[in-house]
Amino acid sequence: MNKSSLTALAVALSCALPALPAGAATDADLAEIRAQLQQMKSAYEQRIATLEQKLAKAEGAAANAEAVAGEAVSAVRQASLRPPAAAPATGFNPEISLILQGQYRRMKEVDERRITGFWPAAGHDHDDHGHGADRRGYSLDHSELVFSANIDPYWRGQAVLALQDGEVEVEEAFFQSLALGHGLGLKGGRLRSGIGYLNEQHAHAWDFADAPLAYKAMFGEHGSYAQDGVQLKWVAPTPFFLEFGTDFGRGQNFPGTDRNRNGGNAGAFFAHVGDDLGSSHSWRAGVSYLQTRAKDREAHFADAGGGDEAVGGFAGRSRTWIADFVWKWAPDGNPKYRNFKLQGEYFVRRERGTFTCSNEEQDLGNSCDPGNAGASVVSDYRSRQSGWYLQGVYQFSPNWRAGLRYDRLDSGRRDFGVNAANLVADEHKPKRVTLMADYRWSEFARMRLQFAQDKSMRGLTDNQVWLQYIMSLGAHGAHKF
Amino acid sequence: MHKVFLSLLMLLALPAHAALTVFATVPEWAALAQEIGGSRVRVYAATTGLQDPHRIEAKPSLIARARSAQLVVATGAELEAAWLPLVLRESGNRGVQPGTPGYFEAASAVTMLDVPQVLDRAHGDVHAAGNPHIQTDPHNIRKVAEALAERMVALDPAEAMAYRAGLQAFLGKWQAATARWEQAAAPLRGVPVLVQHNAFPYLTRWLGLKVVGTLEPKPGVEPSAAHLSALLGRLRDAPARMVLRPAYQHEASSRWLAERAGIPAVTLPFTVGGTPEAADLVGLFDDTVRRLLAALPVR
Repeated sequence: MNKSSLTALAVALSCALPALPAGAATDADLAEIRAQLQQMKSAYEQRIATLEQKLAKAEGAAANAEAVAGEAVSAVRQASLRPPAAAPATGFNPEISLILQGQYRRMKEVDERRITGFWPAAGHDHDDHGHGADRRGYSLDHSELVFSANIDPYWRGQAVLALQDGEVEVEEAFFQSLALGHGLGLKGGRLRSGIGYLNEQHAHAWDFADAPLAYKAMFGEHGSYAQDGVQLKWVAPTPFFLEFGTDFGRGQNFPGTDRNRNGGNAGAFFAHVGDDLGSSHSWRAGVSYLQTRAKDREAHFADAGGGDEAVGGFAGRSRTWIADFVWKWAPDGNPKYRNFKLQGEYFVRRERGTFTCSNEEQDLGNSCDPGNAGASVVSDYRSRQSGWYLQGVYQFSPNWRAGLRYDRLDSGRRDFGVNAANLVADEHKPKRVTLMADYRWSEFARMRLQFAQDKSMRGLTDNQVWLQYIMSLGAHGAHKF
Repeated sequence: MHKVFLSLLMLLALPAHAALTVFATVPEWAALAQEIGGSRVRVYAATTGLQDPHRIEAKPSLIARARSAQLVVATGAELEAAWLPLVLRESGNRGVQPGTPGYFEAASAVTMLDVPQVLDRAHGDVHAAGNPHIQTDPHNIRKVAEALAERMVALDPAEAMAYRAGLQAFLGKWQAATARWEQAAAPLRGVPVLVQHNAFPYLTRWLGLKVVGTLEPKPGVEPSAAHLSALLGRLRDAPARMVLRPAYQHEASSRWLAERAGIPAVTLPFTVGGTPEAADLVGLFDDTVRRLLAALPVR
C-alpha cells in the first residue's frame, strides 16, 4: 500500500462523515468524532512517513549494493584480463617467439660455391651447402626459436635456436647481467660478438635477404662471428653514447678453429660511439678488433702442375680490424612514415703462420705430393685481405621500403712461401650489387623481393633473384639500433 | 674527442649533492617531473611531441641518458615495449631496472581503459594492460603526479619537503585549471567524433565526447581507401562532427575523410610539444580544449 491510497481513504472518510444525519448526534459528539478522526489521520500520516523512510532506506541500500556489485564485477573482469599477472602457472614462462623465414631463390648452378681468392669458411667439403642460404629454388631458409626471460633480479637469459631438418643449432644461448651497475654488462655462454655493426643481428633483422659479402668472406655463411665465452661491456657516463667491450672464449668458429685446449682461443675488443644530431638524425660508429688462432684450417687449391687438387692447411694467427658506422634519418625522429638508414663496414684481415700443402687422394699425385702418399710441403704463410660494403634503405611509406647495397672485396696479398710454386692462388676483387624492396603488413610480417648481380666468383656473373618472407610469432623483443 | 674531454670535465665538476636525474620516456612525464621537482631535478625527455612513442628505436643517445639516470619515468602498459627494455638493459644502470624504485610506471597510478578481452595479434597492436594513452585526462595527470612525487621523495628523501611543496603547488594550479577546462568544454558533451588512432579513450570519457568510429581498421594498421570509404558511408546514418588526430600521426587519412564528410579535422597536441601552444601541461589542455571547441559549429 502506498502513501496516496492511504491519504485518499482518510480524505474519503473525513468527507463522508459530515454527511451523516445532523440530528442523530449533538455538537459535542460531532466534535469528539472530529477529534478522533483527526487523531486517526495524524496516526496514519506518521505511519506513512515511517514507511516512506523505510522504503527510501531500502532503495538506497539496493542501489548501493548494485553499485558495489558493479564495481566488483569490473574489478574481477580487469583482474581476469591481465593475463600474465593473473595466470597462475604460465605467468613465469619465458617470452617465446618463433621466426618463420623461407625463400624462393633463383641463381646459377655452381658446384662448389665460394668467394674466389678467400679462404672458404665452410672448410673443404664438396657437398656443403652451408646454411641452406645457398640453396636454389624453394627452401625453408632459417626458422628461429627465441626464448628469453628475466631469471631473477640479477640475471636474464636468452636462447636462439635455429631449426633445420634433422638438427637444432644453438645460435646463441647466454645469460646477461641486470644488476652489476656502473654501466657494466656481463654476458656468458654462446654469444654473437659485439664487433662490427651487423654482427649481433640475427638474419630476420637484416635489411637484405643475405649477409654482405664481407661478412660471408670474413665469418662464413651465418654472416656473424660467435663463440662460447664471456662478454664484458662498459657504457661510459657521458651525455653521448660511448661504450667499450671485450669478449673472449673458445674461438671455435672461422677464421679460428676449435683447438681443444684449456685456455681461450679468441679475443675481441670493440668501442662504439653514438649520438643524435637534432631530433631527426641518429648515428653510431665503432672500431673493433678480433684475434684468434687456427690449426688445420683446410681448403682446396688447384695444383700448379695440373694434377690433383691440393689440400692446404693453415695454422697460425688471424687478426681482423673492423670499422663500422650507421646513420639513421627520420623526419622529426618519427620513423613510422619515412626514414632512411645508411650503413657501412670496412674489414681488414691479416693472417700469419704456416701453410701445409698435401694430397688427399692416395693414388694420383700433385706438386705437393708427387706420388708417395703422406708427403707434404710446409711453408710460411702471410696474407692481408680486405672488404667493405655500403648500403642504404629508404622507407617511403608505412609499409614499403627499398634498398641498395654495394659489396666489394679484395683478395689482396697472399704469400705462400715455397708453396707458391705448388698451387694456384687465385686473385680476385669480388663485387656485388643488390637491390631490394620489401613490404610489411605489420612489424611482425614482411615480404621481400631482391635482385643481385654477384661477381664473387671469378669469370662468373650470377644474376640472382629472391622472394623471401619473414614472419614472427609470439612475444618478440626489441631490436637493437 | 673534444666532446669526450668536455664531458669528462663536466663530470668532475659535479657538486656533491647533484640534482635528481630523471629520464622520462615521453614529454608529458618530463613536464610533470619538472613541475614537481623544480630546480632539484634534471629532466631528460626521450621523445618529442611529434614522435610516435610506439615506434622509437633503442638509439645510442637514449642508452647514454639512461646510463646516468636515477629515475626512469615511463608510461608502461607496453607503450615503450619496442625500445625501453633494451635501452635499460644496455645502459648497465641497475638503479632503473623494472622492479627497482628508480623505475616508475605512470599507468600503475590510474585505472586503465580498453583492457582487451582477447589477446590476439589478429586484432592489431593491442596492449594487454589496456590503452596506454592515459595523459589525455587531467584527472589521470593528477593521480600520476601524486604517485610520482612520492617516488621522488623515496629516491631523494633529503628533498622530501621540496617535492611535496612542489606537488601541492602543482595540484592547486591543476585543480583550478581542470575546473576551468570542464566548464569551458561543457558544449562538447555528447558530441559524436571520429578518431584516427584509438588514442583518446581517456579524453573522450573525460569530456563526454562520443566516439562513433576509428580510421585505423585495427590499432597501428594504416587505414586503406576501402576502409575509409566504408566509414564515410556509415557516417550518413550516424554523422560525426569532427575527426581527431594526435599530432604525431600523418594527417592524410583524417583529412581525406574530413573533406568528404564536410566536417573539420582536428589535430590535438596529445602531449607537451605536440603543438607550439602546448608548451607545458596546462598549455596542453588549454590547447586541446580550445581546438575542440573551435571545431564545433557556431550555433
